[in-house]
Amino acid sequence: MAPPSMGKFWRKPLDSDKLEIPHGELHIIKERCKGCGFCVEYCPRDVLELASEYNSKGYHPPHVVKDDTCVFCGLCEMLCPEFAIYVTEKKKQKPPEQEVRKVES
Amino acid sequence: MKADPKGVLTGEHYLDGDHACSEGALAAGCRFLAGYPITPSTEVAERIAERFPEVGGIFIQMEDEMGSMAAVIGAAWGGVKSMTVTSGPGFSLMMENIGLAAMMEAPCVVINVQRGGPSTGLPTLPGQADMMQARWGSHGDYEIIALAPNSPQECFELVIKAFNLSEQYRVPVLLMTDECVGHMTEKVVIPPADKIELYPRRYTKLPPSEYLPFKPGKDMIPEMVKAGDGYKIHITGLTHDEKGYPVMNWQAQEKLVRRLVDKIRLHEDQLLDVEETQMDDAQVVIFSYGISSRVSIPALQKARREGIKVGLLRSIICWPFPEKKIRELANKVKAFVVVEMNYGQMYFEVERCVAGKAKTLLVPHGGGWVHDPEDIYKAIKEAAK
Amino acid sequence: MNATQIAQATEIAEHPMEGLLRMDRIPHIWCSTCGIGTAVTSFAEALKKSTFPLEKVCVVSGIGCTGRVAGYIKLDSFHSTHGRAIPFATGLKLANPQLKLVVFSGDGDIAGIGGNHFIHAARRNMDLVVLCVNNFIYAMTGGQTAATTPLTANTSTSPYGNFEHPFNLCHLAESCGAVYVARWTALHVRRLARSISEALNKKGFSFIEIICPCSTLYARRNRLGSGLDLMKFYHDNSVIKHGADTRELGIEFQKKIIVGKFIDRERPTFLDSHNAWLKHRLQDKFVEHGGPEC
Repeated sequence: MAPPSMGKFWRKPLDSDKLEIPHGELHIIKERCKGCGFCVEYCPRDVLELASEYNSKGYHPPHVVKDDTCVFCGLCEMLCPEFAIYVTEKKKQKPPEQEVRKVES
Repeated sequence: MKADPKGVLTGEHYLDGDHACSEGALAAGCRFLAGYPITPSTEVAERIAERFPEVGGIFIQMEDEMGSMAAVIGAAWGGVKSMTVTSGPGFSLMMENIGLAAMMEAPCVVINVQRGGPSTGLPTLPGQADMMQARWGSHGDYEIIALAPNSPQECFELVIKAFNLSEQYRVPVLLMTDECVGHMTEKVVIPPADKIELYPRRYTKLPPSEYLPFKPGKDMIPEMVKAGDGYKIHITGLTHDEKGYPVMNWQAQEKLVRRLVDKIRLHEDQLLDVEETQMDDAQVVIFSYGISSRVSIPALQKARREGIKVGLLRSIICWPFPEKKIRELANKVKAFVVVEMNYGQMYFEVERCVAGKAKTLLVPHGGGWVHDPEDIYKAIKEAAK
Repeated sequence: MNATQIAQATEIAEHPMEGLLRMDRIPHIWCSTCGIGTAVTSFAEALKKSTFPLEKVCVVSGIGCTGRVAGYIKLDSFHSTHGRAIPFATGLKLANPQLKLVVFSGDGDIAGIGGNHFIHAARRNMDLVVLCVNNFIYAMTGGQTAATTPLTANTSTSPYGNFEHPFNLCHLAESCGAVYVARWTALHVRRLARSISEALNKKGFSFIEIICPCSTLYARRNRLGSGLDLMKFYHDNSVIKHGADTRELGIEFQKKIIVGKFIDRERPTFLDSHNAWLKHRLQDKFVEHGGPEC
């Protein structure tokens, strides 16, 4: 089931000015990857896809296809069986105003 | 180092061989026993179950012999002297893990109170038919040390020696008694604790960054650590390198397994322990061990009264086999008479070492009772011809 | 090193788990899309979040694919014989009660050849955490039938399909007396890590069954795709039911898998009973075994 869209609130949340979406920076250790695809499949923001390049073992490691979309959930790091991907937190940014919109009634 | 007086029951006692083994273990500092009941060894564990709570030891009756041996090795790595006791059928079950102990170089003692075999055999009657199994029982190339006491007093002393050897050589040491010695009650004198010498476990003084679990010292034996001290060791039954990591190639095999074998073989001079009776002018040598050696004495005395120059060579450390001694004697004497409670086991070692330079006769016995000294005497006469 | 020290030592420049892994042996031997690596990651996560000193943690494995886990974890680790990881861990624990013992092994090792040790350790409530990776097959030796292989599954020793009824490991653990019984799949990474944390902090025999995909053998022989397809299967077919009756947790071939925490109870451990009883019987003559003595 796809997660509900970020911006559809029926009223503006009272703490929207304090709302901070975490952002993550992905570190992919390409040579360790065995191309299993767990990270690609289970990223909730579809940040990753298997690259067309090969690593030296003949596997396709993942690469980031949607820059700045990673929300530092850490699932890829936890799911990877090869310890080949991990995420660190980028400095926090406030969400742009247009992300918080009223739902058309 | 000296024995801990807490475990030493100093004094004169009237004990059977099994109970003497228990007291020997306590005196040696053994504080962990995992075992499974099997006649005729059960009394060792029973006495330990009674005595351990008084000296801070832990006894656990495991669900089977494989678990017992595995727990014994685990306890060795946990930092205590550990031991198990069994008899023939259990000995067979423990073989895989005895091989593991040899591979991991874990110090531990296994007491086999031998009984009639094969299979269930004669549970309550003696035998000495596990001697070759002691040496070759587990798969692969490895060496162990095996001792054979012939009295309850010796049971007490040799258990202590077994623990000392296991610490010195980091090898499982087997004590091959038999039901006769195990259930025979005799005077056992236990000395005060400060007269009992113990070989301390060879713990390393190196810090974790420098320590390698299987890097041998000058005597081919590596230093040990115990779990929980921050060394982050990896110990495996797979063929491994000096770090302990598994390595799957013949070079690692040659380096490791040759050392496991050589650390005993090349120390055979230090591991010689025999008792000689009337050997100075002997032309016929009785070779025996355990209870059979005692049964040989009346035969020896009868032969001597008739003028036959016969002596007794009793092997206390049976493995490694006293090869050099036998080869030396083969040049001087006329014949060897091997007396053992089986259909020929150590006999083949004697024959191999004699290499045709003297006669070798076997006085076999299927077990279930001790030899008739008359049969031994007849063999001596035959040998003297 | 405790968790904070490890976190500091493995600052951003490397994978956060590297402080707990023997990096000189990575990459590991497990196949692409095998779930064991993921189970190890959950375990490492639980260790990182722990508050007890990690040098007291020992990992004991048996033989098999999961049995190789001990070789990759940078703690005191032991790779014992097939099925004997639990008694080996018992010996370690009883020799030094300060140690925290984790048995990390496979279903064939723990419930097949090691079945006897498993039931007795649970009965005695040995203070161990048993992490049993269940991939329904003997993978390392080439894909033979295990005690957990579901009915009709194809393995190399049941080439016409398995007709033997499998174990329900959670039920077995509970009925033998385990104090903590949970089952998760490799996909449930965070819940698994939390379960492992709970088990590590709990005294007594804790059992966590970790359903993992086996791509090269179980999945391939049964035409189930790769380990990723099995993970997708777990995603669509696993149902979380905490506290479910363990009798209903049997797993049928490619059918619903019930996961969750089923048992969390208290019982005195073997050592507690040993010490309490003997103290009661021997009074001042009883000397408690304190730890390593040589």
